[in-house]
Amino acid sequence: MAEPARGRPKATPETQHFWDGARAGELRLQRCDACAQAYFPPRPFCPACGSRKVSTFKASGKATLYSYVIHHRPVPGFTPPYAIAVVALEEGPRMMTNIVDCPQTPDALELDMRLEVTFEKLDEAITLPLFRPAKD
Amino acid sequence: MRRNQVAVVGAAETTELGVIPHMSQIQLHADAALNAIADAGLKLSDIDGFATAVETPQQIAHYLGITPTWVDGTSVGGCSFMLHVRHAAAAIEAGLCKTVLITHAESGKSNIGRTPRMIGPDSLNGQFELPYGVSTPASLFPIPVLRYMKTHGITHEQLAMVAVVQREWAAKNPRATMKTPITVEDVLNSRMIAYPFRILQCCLVTDGGGALILTSAERARDFPQKPVYILGTGESVETPMVSQMQTFDSSRAFRVAGPLAFKEAGITHKDVDHLMIYDAFAHLPLFGLGDLGFMPHEDAGKFIAGGHTRPGGKLPLNTNGGGLSYMHSGMYGMYALQESVRQMRGIAPAQVQGAKISVCHGVGGMFAASGTIIFTNET
Repeated sequence: MAEPARGRPKATPETQHFWDGARAGELRLQRCDACAQAYFPPRPFCPACGSRKVSTFKASGKATLYSYVIHHRPVPGFTPPYAIAVVALEEGPRMMTNIVDCPQTPDALELDMRLEVTFEKLDEAITLPLFRPAKD
Repeated sequence: MRRNQVAVVGAAETTELGVIPHMSQIQLHADAALNAIADAGLKLSDIDGFATAVETPQQIAHYLGITPTWVDGTSVGGCSFMLHVRHAAAAIEAGLCKTVLITHAESGKSNIGRTPRMIGPDSLNGQFELPYGVSTPASLFPIPVLRYMKTHGITHEQLAMVAVVQREWAAKNPRATMKTPITVEDVLNSRMIAYPFRILQCCLVTDGGGALILTSAERARDFPQKPVYILGTGESVETPMVSQMQTFDSSRAFRVAGPLAFKEAGITHKDVDHLMIYDAFAHLPLFGLGDLGFMPHEDAGKFIAGGHTRPGGKLPLNTNGGGLSYMHSGMYGMYALQESVRQMRGIAPAQVQGAKISVCHGVGGMFAASGTIIFTNET
């Protein structure tokens, strides 16, 4: 029997721009034209003020490590132990991700360390934004 | 809602708890319901209001053979039953029904007749959390812990003490799944599940259920059991995605639900004799102590490590042994409510002598939802 596949996201009309962006090597966020709040996950209105006038923009890709666990249990597509992290993007929103190019240990994964976005192509439709320690 | 207008007049768990492979999930509901109905001295036909979670109300109501005129299928995770109590109290006061049955059951360990819970790949969780290797609640619920520890100065040893103290309570409870005493070293040397948490800081996985029966305080006097009154209630939801919580050093859902219940009850924290804080994982009692306003989060770790919540301590907490040592079928809120009712009736295995006010606080999902019920045995 084939090994169960890793969970793959499937875009909806409201999130398609995000996955198109990731495929093009861009981390795309949205910002409210009325109140200037940047937000995530994607939706065609502002969760802070309700305005439907919002813009999509390319985020800087800079982030800091907000929190994480190092998972030790088997999950399809992953080799334990691996970190499941939440990062704080420079623009304000937070997102879940994995941290790559870094030992998956409490010593190496220091809270508030600086990170930058990188992309991993899963298949033709989906490229995932991941984060690695900042190079600059 | 007005204080003490509604009371719990029936309360029971399933006949067995733990591993129950000879019973399906709906039969566990029925077993708990029939036990609670017997406890209240009622017949099935007396029930005119019904609430349950995960399973639909129509599924369980029809299986039991009851015809409700008021129904609540609120299903927001393990605290759903706190929300059912709140909604039922409002419905009884409004005259929508007279006698409400609330059931919970889960074949969490044996998986008999259990509807699988799926996360669709095009849901927000499926798009923005699932691809990063999350699986069981153990991979998700502890994600805020390292930030919480850093912000509030909480230590690994303090988080280990949560499990140690709850095992002390469980040792007094014949129905607890795990009764053997443990030490901080035992916890910190137990198998790693999702750093920083080890297996002794994660809830049990068991089968079981429970049911409650509520009616007006006026009618409650005629029931065989000592009435346990609803003094205050609160509820809220935040987000189904743990990554999207407002912050990781506190739970917004807790901060809304808890204070609502205290305000409605008209009590202060000093009035609380007994406390239940849903402990799917070892950090939840600390979040609860802080967000319900018992103390600053900074002091919660020291408070538990200092022995103030253990048997004989000034704030008895999770006196059945909790989700860590008593039982946890997946949605533990019902068992926390059962323990509060036992304490208010004065019949708990580890009874807090003279307890008059019990606060019962639940979580749903990974800080996704929250419900708080404050009980009293005095009018």
